[in-house]
Amino acid sequence: MKLAQPDAKMLEEVGQLAEVRGRSLWADARARFFRNKAALAGLVVLILIFIFAMFGGLIAQYERDFVDFSLMGANAYRGVPSIETGHYFGVDIDGRDLYARTVQGTRISLLVGIVGALVAVFVGTLYGATAGYVGGRVDNIMMRTVDVLMSIPFMFVLILMLVIFGRSILMLFIGIGLISWLDMARIARGQTLTIKNKEFVEAAVATGVKPLTIILRHVVPNLLGIVIVYATLLVPQMIIFESFISYLGLGVQEPNTSLGALMSLGTKQMNNGTLWMLFYPLFFFLITLFAFFFVGDGLRDALDPKDR
Amino acid sequence: MFAYIVRRLAVAIPTILILVVISFLLMYSAPGGPFNSERPLPPEVLANLEAKYGLDQPMWRQMISYVWGVVTQFDFGPSFQYTDRSVNDVIAQGFPVTLTYGLWSAFAALVVGVSLGVAAAVRQNSVLDYLAVGITIGAQALPNFVMAPILVLVFTLWLGWLPGGGWNGGQWEYVVMPVIALSTSYMASIARITRSSMLEVLNSNFIRTAQAKGLPMRRVILRHALKPALLPVLSYLGPAMVGMITGSVVVDIIFSTGGIGQFFVNSAFNRDYAVIMGITLLVGVLTITFNLLVDILYAWIDPKIRY
Repeated sequence: MKLAQPDAKMLEEVGQLAEVRGRSLWADARARFFRNKAALAGLVVLILIFIFAMFGGLIAQYERDFVDFSLMGANAYRGVPSIETGHYFGVDIDGRDLYARTVQGTRISLLVGIVGALVAVFVGTLYGATAGYVGGRVDNIMMRTVDVLMSIPFMFVLILMLVIFGRSILMLFIGIGLISWLDMARIARGQTLTIKNKEFVEAAVATGVKPLTIILRHVVPNLLGIVIVYATLLVPQMIIFESFISYLGLGVQEPNTSLGALMSLGTKQMNNGTLWMLFYPLFFFLITLFAFFFVGDGLRDALDPKDR
Repeated sequence: MFAYIVRRLAVAIPTILILVVISFLLMYSAPGGPFNSERPLPPEVLANLEAKYGLDQPMWRQMISYVWGVVTQFDFGPSFQYTDRSVNDVIAQGFPVTLTYGLWSAFAALVVGVSLGVAAAVRQNSVLDYLAVGITIGAQALPNFVMAPILVLVFTLWLGWLPGGGWNGGQWEYVVMPVIALSTSYMASIARITRSSMLEVLNSNFIRTAQAKGLPMRRVILRHALKPALLPVLSYLGPAMVGMITGSVVVDIIFSTGGIGQFFVNSAFNRDYAVIMGITLLVGVLTITFNLLVDILYAWIDPKIRY
């Protein structure tokens, strides 16, 4: 009897088979995400908004703090949006170029949202992972603290802080940083509780890895999926939060501006027929939020598929 | 159950104390006092005023006497700005207004939100579903300070149906727009939450059993599916309540309804410490109480919860 000799062709096939790589969780998630049309559209819009915020200023014909005195008192009909005058989005009530201001407002609003999300990712994840991993009394105290902080009406405290310590972007960031991580801490803790009983954590403990290293190397990477989802959904919340503060006149101060501040100015001019002052900032505000909503939902479906 | 309530109360009281301490410290570290104005007062007058309001005492004394007054006599002290009124008067004037349209908003948000969510879930992937999802996403993104002026523009200036502001003792014409402006985004959130939890419940085995028994769909939804599907909504009510109180600031400003939000913002700009403290505390206590109620209700309804 003669065994079938493995010929060259077969070997090659086997070799190719071996080269088919196992799909990681992330590759799966990416595939799911790209199949989701709404999420993909959201991502594209988001990229366009980022480009607009970063480089939109390059084609602005006016500085954002340049007051066009020739339009004073006449901006209801001479300050209308037009390509010829170079005021693509018209001018605001003070005769400043609304295009340049919208670019800057978008930039600030995105910045606020992203800073809030980053604080949540760093502080919230570490806090929650530590509480969940250590457990026992430490967990109890840490999570009770979060409960206590959550039931404080933060908007009121933040308004107080802005009134007392002066209005600045830094103060706004501090205020946003103070609240944004609370939800994330809870989510991270809940997830950590399920992770910490897995075999790989047990193995790490058995081989004498230090608790801090276990949290950073073994627990946190496994939280990343859910953390990214909630961070994405947190960004629009923070943008709305900032717009609220700006509406009260406590947020970003002139000559800087944010979409919230621009919309607030726009609503005050609504009865004068200069609707574009509201419309352009509102448009960018809404599409930014929608884009984040859709991307966030898409990421959730992709990374956390148990729901559907 | 009783032990659970006691335990929750034991957490609630320190929370309120922490809130008092935080707002007191913030207030105390503020540069400039309530009596600083463009025309500086003579130092003797200032000293007298500060002595009258106890502002010359050391910080811990001020704090203790304040907390003592609040706890024992429910006395938030005099207002610095409205010299003829105490903080209690200010709150007594503003709070009923806020409470009235707040409760109506909560009611509207719940009824409309839940109905919309259930309808969307029952007819999943229908036109109604997409419409509901679209509306809710839009309503969540539109801030109420943009929505409220648009409402005024449409209903007051164009159609002339409703008055553009004021309160007038809470006649219904004056309540409608504040309620719409305040409730819409929470209505949207409730609709979204209801839809997704309803979908989950409708796919579970006991609903299939109920349908297999031959129960009409209506009865299955109302009797079997609605209760478990509403649990996530219940737990959302706590944050929604906080959001509504915050949102009332905007409603108060735009519609000049005269609720506590308006007083809060005015006092914050005027450094009227006593009023700010009073309102912050009131809001804090409300929030905590409401969260407590929601948690107890949740523990009572959901048999799975361990307390």
